[in-house]
Amino acid sequence: MTSLTPPATPPAVEVIGMTKRFGDLRALDDVSLTLAPGSFHAILGQNGAGKSTLVKCIMGYHRPDAGRLLVDGHEHVVVNPRQAHALGFGMVYQHFTLVPSMSAAENLILGRADLPAVIRWAEERARLEAFQRRMPFTLDLDRPVAGLAAGQKQKLEILKQLFLGRRVLILDEPTSVLTPDEADQVLGILRELTAENRLSVLIITHKFREALAFAREVTVLRAGRRVGGGPVAGLSRPDLVRMMIGSAALAEPATRAARPGGAVALELETLTVRNDKGLLAVRDASGVVRAGEIVGVAGVSGNGQRELVEVLAGQREPESGAIRVRGEAYRRTRTDMRRHGVFVLTEEPLHNSCVRGMSVAENLAFRTFDEPANTRGGWLVSRRALRRQARSLIDAYGIRTQGPDTRLEALSGGNVQRTVLARELSGDVAVLIAQNPCAGLDVAATAEIRNRIMAARNAGAAVLLLSEDLDELLELADRIVVMFEGRFVYETPRDGADLHTIGHHMASHP
Amino acid sequence: MTELGWAGVLVAVAGGAVRVSTPYLFVSLGETLTEKSGRVNLGLEGTLVLGAMSAYGVAHLSGSPWLGVLVAGVAGAGFGLGHGAVCGLARVNDVAMGIALFLLGTGLAFYLGKPFIEPVAPRLPHLAFGAWSASPQVRAALDVSPLFVAGAVLAPVLRWALGNTKWGLVVRTVGDNSDAAKALGWPVSLVRTLATVAGGFLAGVGGSFLSLQYPGTWNEALSSGQGLMAIALVIFARWDPMACFYASLLFGGATALGPALQSVGVTTNYYLYGAAPYVLTLGLLVYSSSTRHTLVGAPSELTISR
Ligand SMILES: Nc1ncnc2c1ncn2[C@@H]1O[C@H](COP(=O)(O)OP(=O)(O)OP(=O)(O)O)[C@@H](O)[C@H]1O
Ligand SMILES: [Mg+2]
Repeated sequence: MTSLTPPATPPAVEVIGMTKRFGDLRALDDVSLTLAPGSFHAILGQNGAGKSTLVKCIMGYHRPDAGRLLVDGHEHVVVNPRQAHALGFGMVYQHFTLVPSMSAAENLILGRADLPAVIRWAEERARLEAFQRRMPFTLDLDRPVAGLAAGQKQKLEILKQLFLGRRVLILDEPTSVLTPDEADQVLGILRELTAENRLSVLIITHKFREALAFAREVTVLRAGRRVGGGPVAGLSRPDLVRMMIGSAALAEPATRAARPGGAVALELETLTVRNDKGLLAVRDASGVVRAGEIVGVAGVSGNGQRELVEVLAGQREPESGAIRVRGEAYRRTRTDMRRHGVFVLTEEPLHNSCVRGMSVAENLAFRTFDEPANTRGGWLVSRRALRRQARSLIDAYGIRTQGPDTRLEALSGGNVQRTVLARELSGDVAVLIAQNPCAGLDVAATAEIRNRIMAARNAGAAVLLLSEDLDELLELADRIVVMFEGRFVYETPRDGADLHTIGHHMASHP
Repeated sequence: MTELGWAGVLVAVAGGAVRVSTPYLFVSLGETLTEKSGRVNLGLEGTLVLGAMSAYGVAHLSGSPWLGVLVAGVAGAGFGLGHGAVCGLARVNDVAMGIALFLLGTGLAFYLGKPFIEPVAPRLPHLAFGAWSASPQVRAALDVSPLFVAGAVLAPVLRWALGNTKWGLVVRTVGDNSDAAKALGWPVSLVRTLATVAGGFLAGVGGSFLSLQYPGTWNEALSSGQGLMAIALVIFARWDPMACFYASLLFGGATALGPALQSVGVTTNYYLYGAAPYVLTLGLLVYSSSTRHTLVGAPSELTISR
């Protein structure tokens, strides 16, 4: 069995002149890259720069239009992922490819090429435990994957790849679903494995901190071309930013307009919500958000944030409690949202607030397609008007798409995010609820989105910002609340907010 | 009134539960397997009726009821293959296809079965577990079909196989995350087709029980929606074969309620009691659906849970 043989050293990999076109778009243009055995190589680039396309070409998900792949000096034509696997290449995605209803142990042995007809669990367990002992971390093998935290799932993905004997690991934004601590742990493990020359790592990330702290080389892509890179040792954050965004300047952080406390815009009163499994996810949450104020909700993911947002977005029924907007009961219907100007940026927008098979223009029009400006005679939707609206939003928000009629699923991850932002921020916003609005966005987009949220606040919107990124909260929020196990357990004004205290409350009750 | 009185009702309901549950059991086990692979087969009612007709016909012509059971299974498997193959094509909806097969199966069975309504076919033997008792009711209640025993053995075996064999893991992976299955290089469509074929086979065998054991004749009113109720039962049983077994007994008991009450002389509202299984189905579906939480255990690739 391959996964039990002592780890072989990873091969030398060379990618030469990779090019990939989608219609008229050159998603990837003559990109080359080398991976020496045991290297830790980061790929950086703005949304839509072609990072995912590059690794998909290496893994055989896409057929490149030109380009060669050399493994230990021999040329290989990889046309499907199985061939890549045979070469020792494995891929970990941003979104997990684990089977949620199965245990960690079942997920691990699933990929074995020589899975026996009848599985002797006692033997398999012993083998898995022996394997785990050689790893720098351990996991509970019996827990169903659905019940694991994001960081543990990501570790399990990595464990699986190693168990399957993969020697070149490609990771596409593996840390975007992790907290900073979890990310450091996972990347630390990978770094250790590369240092021992058991693995080569090629990782896509938007976080400079990660690239600078863990990678040894970087490649920077812009609009499908390699625009820079080299050993990390000689590079600083400003160097990387310059390569990534070229001559364009990064938006300056927006200034916080001094505002007297506005009227209460959003009010939660002992709100209690159950999750999909019927367990209490939000417990007795009470609080207010005033007009012209950003209230940040800090917390490790899975402490009820998602369920809270879903209730406010009208996607889930609360168990008990009341929600009021501008003093009136808020029934969470389309009519109420429109009347009160309530807008919601859910997390994972592709799943939660978009229809992937519909066009960009249609997705942009979900809130407005039935408004007089977009209809003929009041009830026939005008495609022309939708397209016109889409074009102006695409320009205003810099969405990188081939046109308003492109299906949403063909957009890169960051551009899906921008599409939803364009839809939710372009209206007349009185109450804005946003969860992790910058997850998966590049630096430029992040700066821009944060500016827009601040601008909405300055214009008098009440903003409830739920984020796992404490830096983001400290930059934007006027007040920070910590959510732990469904309760608001701690509150602090912006001045005097202490990272350490907040972190402590995020981990447990004081 | 009979000598056992009201206790007789209980005995009759329990006996009826065992007797009537067999088709529910086979169809629900088959559907569980199919749905575990991520596909719904609503055509099993048609498969059930077709199985009943072909079993009866073959038993009549050959004189061997067991050959009839086998042919019923093979006919069901054939229908499963049709469903699996068509649903494997791009943009085919398995719910619509299932309803088409349901209509085709019943129609075909009625058409081909016309000549078999009159003749008599040999029945399957009973296992007389109640021979020790002097009471005719107890003896009747413990006359158990070999097919019921087979189903009762099959349920734990299927459950074991889903957790402990390569094929079990493959089927569950395909049904729960087809992207993961593709990334592992497994043929998603083929696995689903095979699971549908196996499910069809079981439903066909379930049909043979109707015509060769209980009630033990062939006519067009033989199945009164058991195939459809069995599909609802799978949801109630949360895709767990053992739960399917218990739920089948429950449905069987509900079906036997009317006749059991009649046997002690309660004949008013007979048709109302006859509606018990349907009411039960409705009640269970209402109970197990909710806007607040998803169905625990539902294979996530199912059209109904996506
Ligand atoms: N299947 C496809 N069909 C058409 N266009 C595509 C397809 N996949 C990607 N593209 C386009 O190719 C370009 C590069 O996309 P890619 O997904 O590689 O970006 P990325 O660098 O990974 O961005 P992000 O950081 O947002 O994930 C984008 O403009 C995208 O719209
Ligand atoms: Mg990408």
